[in-house]
Amino acid sequence: MAAQFLSQLKFKFARESSPDVFLESSIRGKQGWDKIWEKCLALISLFSVSIVFSIILFLVIEALPILSKVGFKELFFSDRWQPTSEVAGFGMLPLILGSIWVTVGALVLTVPLGIGCAIYLSEVAPIRMSLMLKPAIELLSAIPSVVYGFFGLVVVVPLAEKFFHLPVGQSIMVGSFILAIMALPTIISISEDALKSVPKSFREASLALGATRWHTISRVVVPAAFSGIATSVILGMGRAVGETMAVLMVTGNAAVIPHSFLEPVRTLTATIAAEMGETAQGGLHYQSLFLIGVLLLIITMILNGIASFIVQRVHQKNAV
Amino acid sequence: MALQVLLFKEFTKKMQFNFYTFKKVEEKIALVILSGITFFILFVLGALIYFLFKNGIHVFSVEFFTQFPRAGMTEGGIFPAMVGTCYLTLGAIVVSMPLGILTAIYLEEYARPGWWLNLTYLAINNLAGVPSIVFGLFGLALFVKYFEFQTSILSGALTLACLVLPIIIRASQEAISQVGQELRHGALALGTTRWYMIRTVVLPQAWPGILTGNIISVGRAAGETAAILFTAVAYFYPKLPTSLLEPVMALPYHLYVIATSGLDLDKTRPLAYGTALVLILLVLMINAVATVVRARHHLKMEKI
Repeated sequence: MAAQFLSQLKFKFARESSPDVFLESSIRGKQGWDKIWEKCLALISLFSVSIVFSIILFLVIEALPILSKVGFKELFFSDRWQPTSEVAGFGMLPLILGSIWVTVGALVLTVPLGIGCAIYLSEVAPIRMSLMLKPAIELLSAIPSVVYGFFGLVVVVPLAEKFFHLPVGQSIMVGSFILAIMALPTIISISEDALKSVPKSFREASLALGATRWHTISRVVVPAAFSGIATSVILGMGRAVGETMAVLMVTGNAAVIPHSFLEPVRTLTATIAAEMGETAQGGLHYQSLFLIGVLLLIITMILNGIASFIVQRVHQKNAV
Repeated sequence: MALQVLLFKEFTKKMQFNFYTFKKVEEKIALVILSGITFFILFVLGALIYFLFKNGIHVFSVEFFTQFPRAGMTEGGIFPAMVGTCYLTLGAIVVSMPLGILTAIYLEEYARPGWWLNLTYLAINNLAGVPSIVFGLFGLALFVKYFEFQTSILSGALTLACLVLPIIIRASQEAISQVGQELRHGALALGTTRWYMIRTVVLPQAWPGILTGNIISVGRAAGETAAILFTAVAYFYPKLPTSLLEPVMALPYHLYVIATSGLDLDKTRPLAYGTALVLILLVLMINAVATVVRARHHLKMEKI
């Protein structure tokens, strides 16, 4: 009763003293809520960002013990990866080399194809056509990697056996081919963006000087978009290094150092996928697989770092 | 002397002519190669889809979609794998969608430029580049082992949520940043608060773009194998899961299993073709929906 009276009195008093006080206080209240909202959103985004750091943290924690138990030298320079044998060997060299072979093979195929397609879409094809082709390229990136792996297994592997007279068709070459297809959309879409962002005046100037269309593309547009194209190649490379399931299904999984593109191989990613299911949690083998994970993380972060460094430098150059 | 000049003129004319025809031929060849490359890529995509359709379509039957696998995966259907994939994808999107969209709103509308924002971008960019198998290891270490969720839907869905988070954040950021600055200024000039402005002006405009990003990430989560390999899936699980803490079967993993490690590969091949076709159809459908949403938005924008 008393409280009600008091509030009524306040109401009356406030109304008489200043007619705008209500409006103002309601705004102030809303601004206060806005501040609280801002803090909440900041907290949420902090949480999202912290995922990256917790990935690093947890992988390193799980992998760290093996560094002290098995020497650094054996881990990275021994070629014996036999983690389940009596005298376990944890030499990651064959796996690292396997990843490098497959990735290099994929890049050799995918870079000319990807850049060529990007040039065609942005410079040559009529607008309507490139608008129709773009969803197809996007579809290429949406197809799950197991489906690519399955396609490789039932189509490309038998083809490789037939053409190269291999006893077993699962080899670096098939892995590279499948990875090349999978890295294409990354390279095409980023390169195309880079080519599209070259100012129209560059092309007009070149054509006005009497250069042909191809001359304009190869000497003016592509060099101007070079940094974007380089970024796309690096990100495509990151995609190829990190790809797991397709590679696991088509490369044959032999943890030995390869000598040609026709031999089977086992990559870093495939090793984790193939062996983690059979290992005891917390054992040396388990830790070694986490160490491979850390290695993959470092590789992709370096590649990402290079890509964003290039992008940043271009931005600075454009700003000047 | 005059003759010499004349000859020289003739000679240079000829040279020029040759030079230009050479250039023309070079251009023709280059353009043919470029279009050849593009059509080769389309051919590979078409071959992949056609091949799976041709071999997979006759596997489709009521039994295939409603039965459990039987007789060492050589008979029966993929029903539990479809249900499992639904659970995992739904769980992942329920967690990552609000998280991703709210993070994007903060980054685009509230955060001030500075070292913290740079660090955030760096983190999100890196998260987008992390291989999916590494997400799987992370899920194993954090959700399965540390939180003791074991191999379960919960662990798998949370791992997938982390995986698609950067995709959602980036797509939402792009959609939000494309909303015209003058709309924001107009709303703020009317005396609204920032959050009210975001809710009533920015989000309705950016919504189709945000939705497209989310739809695409659904496809990503549904097709992902490596991330759920150690966190959620079972080789074979005889019943449908009844709680979040049970393992499930999932379509992509099921395809991997029956494609590589069946007892009788020839007998399981038809089922593998069918499963692959289901995955492809799922992806085609999701992409079609995303494309339609985007196209409708573009039409609406043009009308305005």
